[in-house]
Formats: sequence, C-alpha cells, structure tokens
Amino acid sequence: MAQGKEKKKQNAAASGFGKAAKIYFKENAGIIVALLVLCIFLSVNPLTSFSFLTQKNVFNVLRQISTNLYLACGMTMVIILGGIDLSVGSIIALSGCLAAGCVSRYNLPIAVAILVGILVGLVVGMFNGWVIAKTTIPPFIVTLATMNIAKGLAYVYTGGSPVRVVTKEWQFIGAGYIGPVPTPVVILVLVLIITAIIMNKTKLGRHLYAVGGNAQAAQFSGISVAKVKFLVHTYSGIMAGLAGVVLASRMYSGQPTAGDGAEMDAIAAVVVGGTSMAGGSGKIGGTIIGGLIIGVLNNGLNLMNVNSFWQYVVKGCVILLAVYVDYVRNKKSKL
Amino acid sequence: MKKITKRFPGVLALNDVSLTLKAGEVHALLGENGAGKSTLIKVLGGIYIAEEGEIYIEGQKVTIDGVKAAQENGIAIIHQELVLVPHMTVAENIFLGREPMSGHFVNSKKMTEDAQQLLDAYHMNIKADMLVGKLTIAQQQMVEIVKAISFNSKILVMDEPTSSISDKEVEFLFATMRNLTAKGVGIIYISHKMSELEQICDRVTVMRDGEYVGTKVVKETNKDELIAMMVGRELTNYYTRDFLEPGEVVLQCSHISDGHMAKDASFEVRKGEIVGFAGLVGAGRSEVMKCIFGLTKGYKGEIYIDGKKVEIKSPIDAMKYGIALVPEDRKQEALYKIQSVRYNSTIEVLGSFIKGIFVDNAKEEEITQRYIDMLSTKTPTQDQLVGNLSGGNQQKVVIGRWLATDPRILILDEPTRGVDVGAKSEIYAIMNELVKKGMSIIMISSELPEIINMSDRIYVMNEGNITGCLDRHEVSQESIMKLAAN
Repeated sequence: MAQGKEKKKQNAAASGFGKAAKIYFKENAGIIVALLVLCIFLSVNPLTSFSFLTQKNVFNVLRQISTNLYLACGMTMVIILGGIDLSVGSIIALSGCLAAGCVSRYNLPIAVAILVGILVGLVVGMFNGWVIAKTTIPPFIVTLATMNIAKGLAYVYTGGSPVRVVTKEWQFIGAGYIGPVPTPVVILVLVLIITAIIMNKTKLGRHLYAVGGNAQAAQFSGISVAKVKFLVHTYSGIMAGLAGVVLASRMYSGQPTAGDGAEMDAIAAVVVGGTSMAGGSGKIGGTIIGGLIIGVLNNGLNLMNVNSFWQYVVKGCVILLAVYVDYVRNKKSKL
Repeated sequence: MKKITKRFPGVLALNDVSLTLKAGEVHALLGENGAGKSTLIKVLGGIYIAEEGEIYIEGQKVTIDGVKAAQENGIAIIHQELVLVPHMTVAENIFLGREPMSGHFVNSKKMTEDAQQLLDAYHMNIKADMLVGKLTIAQQQMVEIVKAISFNSKILVMDEPTSSISDKEVEFLFATMRNLTAKGVGIIYISHKMSELEQICDRVTVMRDGEYVGTKVVKETNKDELIAMMVGRELTNYYTRDFLEPGEVVLQCSHISDGHMAKDASFEVRKGEIVGFAGLVGAGRSEVMKCIFGLTKGYKGEIYIDGKKVEIKSPIDAMKYGIALVPEDRKQEALYKIQSVRYNSTIEVLGSFIKGIFVDNAKEEEITQRYIDMLSTKTPTQDQLVGNLSGGNQQKVVIGRWLATDPRILILDEPTRGVDVGAKSEIYAIMNELVKKGMSIIMISSELPEIINMSDRIYVMNEGNITGCLDRHEVSQESIMKLAAN
C-alpha cells in the first residue's frame, strides 16, 4: 500500500516535471533551436569540430558565461519590473578592486575579501533600489549615475592601475575547480537555482510580475511596489558584486576596467532569452539559453579565428535576429 | 447625420440615430453615461466608421472615412482630454502638420504672426510664442478652439469643455462660442451640466441607450422634462434582490476628504446591506473609496469599524479590517493582462498557499476553481491569459480575487461597466447572495436603474460632497438626478 502510494507520488512528480519541461521547450522553442543549430554547426564545421565538443572547451564556455549569467539573473528581474540596471558593469570593477585590495593591501582572509566584494554590490544595489523606489526618476537615469559613481570610485581606489593579488588561494573562486567543474560554474548553478526559486516559488516572485505588468493594479492589490523595486535592485547589485569577485579572482587582480560593457551583455542575454523590455513577462529559463547563445557564439567565433572587431558585428546581428524572431512570434500569437 | 448605426462586437452602440445641426446654433447633446454621445461624435469626427447611415453637410452627402476627411469637411472636435503638445509653442500647436514654409524650412516668424492674428481676432489674451504647457487648462482650450477655427471649420464639437475650468473661464468660453455662432459656425455641445443649457444652447437632443429620444428647443422645455427623457427607460427585470432587514452598522465614515476630489463624505454601512453611491462622473465617489481603502496618502476623516475607530493607511490595513475594493478601471487598476486566470485570481491570497519557498500548487488551483465555479466564470482553463477573456469574465475574475480575501465589506466601483447584459445579471445575483450571507456591499454606479434596483439606500454625491441619502422606498431616477446635478 505504502509502496503504491509512494509510486503514485513519484509518477505525479515525474509527470509534473515532464509537463514543466514540455512547457519550457514550448516557450523557448525558437532560442533552443537556435542554440542547437549553433552547436551542431560548430561540431561539424572543420574549423572548430576538433575542439568545440571537448570537455575542456565546454567548461571553458561555461566559465566564460558564468559571470554574465550572474548579472543576467538580477537583470532579468529588473527588466521584468520594467526597469533596467546599467550600473552592474561598474559594480564589477569596484567590487573586484576592493576585494583584491583586501587580500593584497590589507592581508585580510580571502573569505572576508569575497564578502567585501559582494557587500559593495549590495550597497550600490540598495542605493539604486532606494532612489528608484522613493522617487519617479527613471531607473535608466538612476543606474546611469551610479554606473559612473562606481566606476569613478574604482579608479580613485586603484589610481588607475590593477590591484595585483599573488596569494595562490585567491584564484580558487574564479579560476579553480571543484572536482572537474570550474568553481564559477558551480556558483552559477547555485545562483540559478536561487534565482529560479525567488522568481517561481516566493511571494516576491509573484509580486515582481504584478508590479512589472501593472504597477497601478499592484498598488490596488496592496502590494508594496516600493519594497519590490528595492529588493530586486538590491539583488541585482549582489549579483554584480559576486561577478566582480569571481572576475578579479580569475584575472589575479582587481582592475578598474573590468566589467566595461558587461551590463550590455547581460541585457542581451535577457532579451535574447525572451524577456520583454516592456516588463511584466519573462523567465529565468529563457535567460539561461540567451546567455548560452551569446557564450557559444563568442567561443565559436574565437575558435574560427574571427577578428574580434567583426565579432561585435556578428553578435549585434544575432541579438537583432533573436529579438526579431520573438517579435514575429508574438505578433502571430496575438492575432 | 441620418440614421447612424454603429455596432461593436456584442453591443449595438448606436441604433438609428439622427441629428440635425443648423448653422449658427449651439446644439446640446444630452444623455447618461453610455448613452452613445461620444460614439456619435466619433463617427462624425471620422474616428469610427458607421455601418449604416449618411452624413450631409449643407445638403451635400459626404463620406467621412477618417479624421482627415472630417477635417476637410470642416468638422473639428475638441475632446475632453486636450491633445496639444505641451513642449511646443501655441503657434506651433495651431499649425502642427501644416506649418507655413519658406523653401525647405519652417517659417517660424510667419507662423507666430498668423497665430497671433487668430488669437487676437477672438480677444484671447494669449501670446503665440508661449509654450502650451505653461498655459492654464482654460487657455489651452482656447488654443484648441483657435486651432479648430483655423481649419475654417463650420462644425465644431465640444465634449464637456467646462468640466475642468472655473466659472469665470466658462463665461469667457461662452462669449467665444457666441462669437463663433455669429459667424455661422454650428456647435455641438456635450455637457452634463443642465444649468449651462439655458445659458448657451439653442436646441437640445437627448440620447439614451444608443438611441435617439428627441430634440427640443431649449426655451420651450425644462430640466424635469429633459431628465425624464434621459432616464425614462423601462426597467428590465434582470435584477435579483431579496431585501432583508439589515443588521448593525459595520462601517461608519465621517468627513472623509482627500483635499481634492472628495471634500466631505460621511456615511454608514450596515451588515447585509447594499449601499449605492450615485452621482455624475467626477463627483468624487471613487476618491472617497480610495481613501477608505488606504490608497490615498494623507486623507482626512475618521473611519469606524464595528464602532471602533481604526487607522487605514494602506490597502494592507484595509484588508486586515475585511475591506475589499474592486476598482472602477479594470484594465488599469486591476488586471494583470499578460498573466493567467490563476495568477489573477490568487494574487491577494498568496500567503494561503505559499509558505516561504514552498508552493502548494493544488491549493492554488483549488482556490482559483472555487471562484470560477462560484461566479460561473467562462474560461477554457486556469492557464488562460486573463486579457483574452471577455469584459464580463474579466470582471468576475477580479471580483473572485477579492472574495478570496473573505471580506466583510466589499466595495464595487462600477461593477458592471463594459460587461454584457447576461454577465451583468449574474453579477447582480451574486451580490444578492453575498449580502444574504451577511456581507456588506458598497456599490458605486453611474447606471441609475442598476443602483435603484440593487441598493437598500443610496447616497448621492455632487462635487465631492454627499448631497443626500435616499431610502429605496423614496428613490426615483429624478430624485437622484436632482441631487447629483444640483
């Protein structure tokens, strides 16, 4: 009896999972196909086939996209709110420099340095959230301002030159491995799980879609719009702080130029992943695919020895194409 | 305009309506909200195309198939919401889209001079090079009028032009209107204010439920006759209401004011009672309810629940005391259109099935289903996007959402607006069931038959004040309109 019950439960769980997977593939069909086409092309293309599908390269790609996806986790939520966070790239620089400084300049334990880096992100994010929640200044403007402030502070602190770290253990978080898996990828998995839980399993997640979809209705629903905005921007800041620490570890140094333009890559991953800039809709699952497409594309272009200047052009075209396909699909489904 | 008929999906908005406007007269168009006045005007202005009917101007049959065609035929409409560009000058606004050119460039000097000439011709104390955003509402209205005249319009339509300007400005507006009619312009004038009719209008046409009721010469009629024409529909029997003796007072509000639209409202609501709030649009009814629901910051007045004074500073507070509010503007204030029926049904009660990070999906579905069944909401699945449902079913979803909070006092603001007749009747039946179970309902409605047939008592508001409370035995459409129009 008990066994039967257990089995039934398992079946239910399996069908629930199957259903979720089905919905997931249906929702993201376009970009999943695009990603697969890209991967198949790189696996059979004689220029890249010898290296693309090796374990080393796969982990390499995953490591490269991990910091972008940390940012994209926060950015997905910010964009669902109908806002934008331009400050994340600069937070990377400031957080990385301060964290590296903790180790090399003040000889603090590495755990403290990591914490300091994340705290930097938290503070900037809280500031963004506070101003955006309390005023009607557009998030674009607020985060444009904090982007400059954070970048400036990173330069002030470093005097413009990298803060080098020679401590061997410092490299673990960004360049190390846990078993065969690079540490940033393990962190990425954790971050994705946490983000998915926040967005799908908590009240905050539901409120997020409400505020982004119809802020006025959310107010009538008794949802604290200000609180949601504050928390989401804080989360985006934390993610950027984390990305800063990981990058500083990978580069053995905190650099004030780190994270330049990172906000744009994060936004690209989010919109390629199907989140609407208009707010109110979007899923973290789409963002993952979006981040993968951009990462695999970068990797493929590198393996093919495409001139890095041209890489920008290709990336731009792919973003446009992905969003255009989404636009056409949406238009069809509305009719 | 002859025999104009306009259909919208499921609604016959205009049925065989005719209107004759003479040159040099001010012709009032009168009717309740939803009588079809705006639709008629939009047909004239080329915003809607009528399925049937013909329009003649100076005896010539014309085809108006767009805004441009209307302009070319000398028809200008001044909408209730002004449509000027605030960051441009008066002159630029007047000549928007047809700027005088010299070569490839806009001749700003000529434009400003021409505009000033027009303004001066009507004795308007406005400088043509001022930014429109710096003008008062009344001045902006004048600019709109000048703009309309500059098209050589022969027919001018004004939709409630006095709703947001002061008495003195109204006088100036009327003077300008007389100036125009003297030049042979015909004006169609839409207003809720009866007193203005005698001052400015020559004839009046009354509409009701999308149909033409009659045309009168203003001097030969009176307010009572016009009100009777406006509301005199026969009452249909789709109202379900068992009047029971209401219980004790559950909600008492005294001197509620938001310092703006709601000025001084005191009223009480009993257990098991439906209390109606009647009045014209803009009388401050919704604003009073927003105060009580904690949506308005810093309102004045006192609220008592079960005789005890309470502080309501946010919707959360209001919900704590068992108050729920189904707002007036479903689209703007209630619906998450791109989310599912389930999401929309449960957004107020997330706490009952989400504990931390554990979501009880079965319970969520059960709650949603309970209110789909209770209100017989028609939706294919719970996953259906709420934006794809009909107006009536959307409204049921919103009502269900609030019933899920298990309220004692349910405030319904225009609960049947944009809802088809069948669903309306069902909503009335649900309201009847709820009050029988001991809930108290406050219903704001601009539909007189609805409010008269459903309410135990009716408070009437005018310009932010409660001007009277009518018992259901003494209420009539006329008595409400008298209190509402003052």
